[in-house]
Amino acid sequence: MKFKYEIEGGNFSKAGNASSAVKKILKQLNVPPAIIKKLVVALYEGEVNVVAHAWNGCIHVDIEADRIFVSIEDEGPGIPDIEQAMQEGYSTASQAVREMGFGAGMGLPNMKKNADYLNVKSEVGKGTTVEIITFLK
Amino acid sequence: MKISRLLEVLDGELVCGERFLDNEVLWGFASDLMSDVLTLDTDKLVLVTGLNNLQTIRTAEMADIECVVFVRNKKILPPMIEIASEHEMVLIECRFSMFGAIARLYEAGLKPVY
Repeated sequence: MKFKYEIEGGNFSKAGNASSAVKKILKQLNVPPAIIKKLVVALYEGEVNVVAHAWNGCIHVDIEADRIFVSIEDEGPGIPDIEQAMQEGYSTASQAVREMGFGAGMGLPNMKKNADYLNVKSEVGKGTTVEIITFLK
Repeated sequence: MKISRLLEVLDGELVCGERFLDNEVLWGFASDLMSDVLTLDTDKLVLVTGLNNLQTIRTAEMADIECVVFVRNKKILPPMIEIASEHEMVLIECRFSMFGAIARLYEAGLKPVY
């Protein structure tokens, strides 16, 4: 089962809409609540990152019998040093993002904690792709 | 603690979720930083915050938090109520400071997450 959601960079009023829609689908599919929570927390962090940093992006979700594959792709400034971005507390977020309750440098580390597999690819000036796999069994 | 008791302890204003006042909460977490809220893995949690925007409600939704208390007299806005109602959350406004609200809840038996 495949789904695709568009994300608008900078539009905080819509941040979370895609994650919410994915959560609804996973509930309908009777995925265990603990697994849903881990996946949607990681996904929401990713969605907020796109809204906070990128120009636009999209989320692909592919639900299979034994795993959920998520890819969050954006067109944006990219991440010059991924290792640094993965460290807790490192942030380049704007004041506006911080006022929304984010931008404390917790996003990527928390995504890693909640995903069974996480891969970040980025090209400066072009964009970033984050892949997440959550196993259902 | 039942949410109805929490409402009483905080002398709070119930904004939505009247149907769920009999639900139990055991743990409390107070933060204006949603990134920290998203690191928790605790059920039956009440979030105490002064951050009154849509992302607070989205964060609660993702983290399966069923009750959010807004301190320092922060007003809950209509779009927040809309999403909270859809996800069966209880939203409460409270005139106390964060410290004042937490002190009352702790005294009434709500436990800290860590």
